Parts: sequence; structure tokens; C-alpha cells
Amino acid sequence: MWYFAELVVNGALTGLMYSLAALGFVLIYKSSGVPNLAQGAIVMVAGYAVWLLVASGVPLPLAIVLGAAAMFGLGLLMERLLLRRMVGQPIIMVVMLTLGLEILLRGIAPGLLGAAPKSLDLGIGLAPVIIGDIFINRAYLWGGAMALAMIVAAMLFFRTQIGTKLRAVSDDHVASWAVGISVERAIGISWGIAGVSAVAAGVLWGSVQGVDWTLSMLLFPAVAVVILGGIDSIVGVFVGGLIVGILGSVIPGYLDGIVGGGTRDVVTSLIILLTIMVRPYGIFGREDIERI
Amino acid sequence: MFYRLSGIHHTRYESARSLWPIRTDRWQVLALAAFALAAPFLLSTLYLGSYLLPWLIWSAAALSLTLLMGMAGQLHFGFAAVMAIGAYSSIHLVRWGVPFEIALLAAGLIAGLIGSVFGTAALRVKGLYLVMATLAMQYLIDWTIINVPAISGGAQATLRTPQISFLFLPIETLTARYYLALGWVVICTLFLLNVKRTSFGRALVAVRDKDFAAAVIGVDPFRYKIMAFLTSSFMGGVTGAILAFCYYRAVTPEQFGFNVSIQLVAMVLVGGLGSVIGGFLGAGFVLLVPIFLTNFVAGLSDAGWVTVSPNLLAHIPLMAYGALIIGFLLVEPLGLAKLYDNIRKYFLVWPFRHARS
Repeated sequence: MWYFAELVVNGALTGLMYSLAALGFVLIYKSSGVPNLAQGAIVMVAGYAVWLLVASGVPLPLAIVLGAAAMFGLGLLMERLLLRRMVGQPIIMVVMLTLGLEILLRGIAPGLLGAAPKSLDLGIGLAPVIIGDIFINRAYLWGGAMALAMIVAAMLFFRTQIGTKLRAVSDDHVASWAVGISVERAIGISWGIAGVSAVAAGVLWGSVQGVDWTLSMLLFPAVAVVILGGIDSIVGVFVGGLIVGILGSVIPGYLDGIVGGGTRDVVTSLIILLTIMVRPYGIFGREDIERI
Repeated sequence: MFYRLSGIHHTRYESARSLWPIRTDRWQVLALAAFALAAPFLLSTLYLGSYLLPWLIWSAAALSLTLLMGMAGQLHFGFAAVMAIGAYSSIHLVRWGVPFEIALLAAGLIAGLIGSVFGTAALRVKGLYLVMATLAMQYLIDWTIINVPAISGGAQATLRTPQISFLFLPIETLTARYYLALGWVVICTLFLLNVKRTSFGRALVAVRDKDFAAAVIGVDPFRYKIMAFLTSSFMGGVTGAILAFCYYRAVTPEQFGFNVSIQLVAMVLVGGLGSVIGGFLGAGFVLLVPIFLTNFVAGLSDAGWVTVSPNLLAHIPLMAYGALIIGFLLVEPLGLAKLYDNIRKYFLVWPFRHARS
């Protein structure tokens, strides 16, 4: 029983950290309809950026702030240089462009800064938090709290003036233009914010597993979170993250010993597949109605 | 110049329907065929075995995928898994004593049947969701292959391909393996060139352009989507088997991982969606450019002109490959096939010029 509870709690916290990576995906999709499959690589770049700053002697809080600013700029840049030119192209082109970006970033960052895992110490400490008989990874606890804070911040952000503009853009590009909203700038800002949320994900995951290219593999669970929760829903990121995290922790916790490992990816794949077959727009997503 | 449309008058339906109405095109095809046949005697084993042979086989894979993605418009990000099914089933069939010719067909059929399961997702969703669904299936099949010892022969095992003969000829030397691969590529190419002219091909194109509209004019999208997945997976399965027997000769699950699926899609896109020559050009480009670039930079570094760390050198193929995809999508979304077409059109109207558009 305690084992089960431990799996659930740690799974939920991991899931919240997945949703941190998924948040950027949703922000971009919501505003521009672009599925950003490079989000995992952006998280990796953010991790590398903060590590680079810390390694060159900048104190950690300042490094995170500077890293966030840099990633905001990088997000703007990617939107301006690459994605804006793909407006109106078929979805396969956009998907492939973001995948190309993913591959490029995965080559550049480890290529220039070294492929060996870098440690990023947040000063959280390794001693687990013990409640009853449950061992909770302290870093995950911080990560979960951080993820919750980011999700709440994102929801609050959509109530501010810029956030309202972004919501308008996500509803209808042409109508937003008509009332004087700069759609280009709104989409650019959403890329920038996705970059900032990637810093949170990159720092937290980087402190857990070290900064190297494997951070970009967060894309897969993040995609599962997004598909399950609904591809354009912030609440969906929270709920989807919890479900993906808990299932991805409990099921391997009992099955891995029997079938010999690696069931977490299977659970993630099955979540994606079943969601798409049963309810493609996810739990909280908006159903698309297509006209001929 | 040498390309001329003038003077070509079609007086019979057969000539109007011919694949290559221009004489120079026919000469080109003949010259290419002659070169392909003579290649084992012209090229060194290095070039034949590590450039031409993989290029041909990957072209066949790209052609199989372009049938699905370019003609039927169904996105597929798990094609490497289909090829893995073909490779593993052919190896196991041959090991059980089935003749290679039958094993090849059976591998195609098995891959086709399992590949059609991918297609069931296409009946429900399209676009981005189809990408995700096929991607998830790729992970599932990978996991199954790795974790079922009866298929992979153990978690970290490599499975050696047994000795085979094809139509009583032993397929052992590089030359024999090359000719087998060449034969399969020629079959694939002829099929793709001709499928556009059949009712099947036109139905696929109708489904690609708009499946609802296709249904309105009496083309059953359900049926043709499944058939597209079946045909393309059959071809992919046989290609996987050829890849295993003619090139790798020892297979591991990693050779058919998710990255390979991305690579295949990149080949199709860089070459040009739905184009036959694009399949060849795209496969060659995606395979060879990263290698050449790495060799080039390594050469520069050896000559002492630039200093490159081994770590950076190891990541150059990845960078080149990502930049290649991005560059092509931005500059020429229709791919290398469009570039080829532009050059050809330039010569067709030479000495006159098109207005630059």
C-alpha cells in the first residue's frame, strides 16, 4: 500500500514536471496553431544556457533570470526567422520544420558545449522528504511546486491585457487583425513565453538528471500530456500531466519486473494512441469542426 | 538545345501516354540504367558497398513512403517500424527454412497487414494527430521487438542474416547483393511511375486533396486510405527485408528506431512530396550530405585550417541534417524534384527564358 502511495505521489510530481515542458507547446499551439515539436530541444537549450551562465560564475538566481531573458529572445527569433515564413503551408511542412529545428538544436548545443552530462546544482539537496513510509524525491517536490506555480501564472497571464490579445488571436487570426491586434507580435510573444517556461523545465529537469541532450526527449511525455489534456488547454496541461505522470509511474512500478523494463514509454505511447482513437481533441481541448 | 518539345507530335494514344515523351529523357533513363547495371564493374567496392547500395535501398524506402505521404496524403512518422517488421519477419522465416523468395513476399505481407493497423488511425484523425498516432505506434512496435526475445533474439542482441539464394543464385558477394537491391528499386520505381496513371493512383490523389470531396464523387476514403497503407507498408516491408539481407546483414532494433522514421520523412520532403525522382534525390541528399560535410570539415581540420574538437565533429552530421531540413522547407518546399524540374524547363524553352516569378 505504501509502495502504491509512493508511486502515485512521485508520479504526480514527475507528471507536473512534464507539464512544465508541455506548457510551452500549448502556449504556442494556442496562439498560432503550430505544433512545436522542438519544445524538448528548447528545454535542453535552456538547460545548457543556465548551466553555461552558472559555470561562468553568475550566481544561480541571476543566471535563471538572464537565461529566461535569453530564451525569450531565442523564442522571438525562431518565430521571426522560421515559423513566420511557414504561415499557410500544409501541416506536414510545419511539423517537419519544427522537427528539423529539434535536430539542429540537438546538434548545436551538445556540439558546442560538450556532450557529457553537466550537473546543475540548485542547492535542493538529495535527502528525500519522508512522510509516513513514503519517500519523496525533494527535487521532484520543488519541481511539482514550480510547475503548479507556472501553470497558475500562465492562467493568470491570460487575464492580462496581452493575454487577452493572445486569446483573441487563438480564436481567429483575421478577426484579431480587424480589431487592431498585431497577430504577428502576439504569436512572437507566445514563442517568447514558451522559451521562458522552457527555462523552468530545463533547470528543474537539468538538476534532476543532468544537462545533456536527453533533456530533449522530454518531448515525448510532453506530447502525451498535451494530447491527453487537450492541445489548446492550460487546465488540460495540469490534468494531463498528473494522469500521464501517475500512470507512467504506477504501471511500470508493478509491470517492469515482469516484462523487463521500459514500460514507461509504452504507457506514454498507449496514452497517446487511446486518446487519439477515443477523443482526439483531449479532455479539455476544443473540438475542430471541418468544412468542405 | 538537347531538350526539345518541338517536333514531338503524338499521333497515337500510346505515344501520348508514354512515360518519357521527350527523346533526351529516354536517353537519360537508358544511360542511367546502363550505369546502374555496369556499376559493380566501374566502381570500387567501397563506393559500391557503402554509398551506392545503401542509397538504392533507402531510395526504395523513400519511394514506398512517398506513395503514402505524397500521393495519398497520409502522414506517417513510424515507417521505420514497418521496415523493421519486414526485416525481422524475413529473417525468421528464412531461419525456419522458408525459401528467400517466399520469405520476401511474406515479409511484405506481414508488414502490410500490421502497417494497415497504422491506417486505422488515419480513418479517425488526420494531420497532426495522425503524426502523433503513428509516432506512438512506432514506439510500441520498437518496444515489442526489443522486449520479445523470440523476435529480437534478446534485449541487446544482433541477429545475423542467414545465407540465402535468390532464384538459385547465391546472394553472398557484394555484386549479387547489389543486383538484388537494384532489381527491387527498379520494381518500386516502375510501380510508382505507373500508379499515377491508374484509377487506384487517381483515387489516392482524390483522397489526398480532400477526403470528403472524394467521398462525394464516389471514391471511398475508408477503402483507399487502408489500401494506401497496405501497399506502402508492403513495399516498406520488402525494402526492410532487402535492407537487412543486402546491406546490414546483422540487424538490431536500433537500426529501425524513431530517428530513422524522421530520416525517411526528411528524405521524402527534401526530395519532393509524391515525386519519383525526388525519392532518389532526397534519399541521396539526406544520406550523403552529412557524411560529405563531416569528411570535408575533418579534412579542413587535418590540414590545419580550422580547429575542430572531436565532440563538435561528432555532432556535425546532426547539425547538417537539421539545417538541411529547415533550409529546404524554407527555400524550396517542393524539394529537389522541383529544382530538377526547373532546370529541365529552362532547357525545354531554351534559348528563351521564363519571366522570373
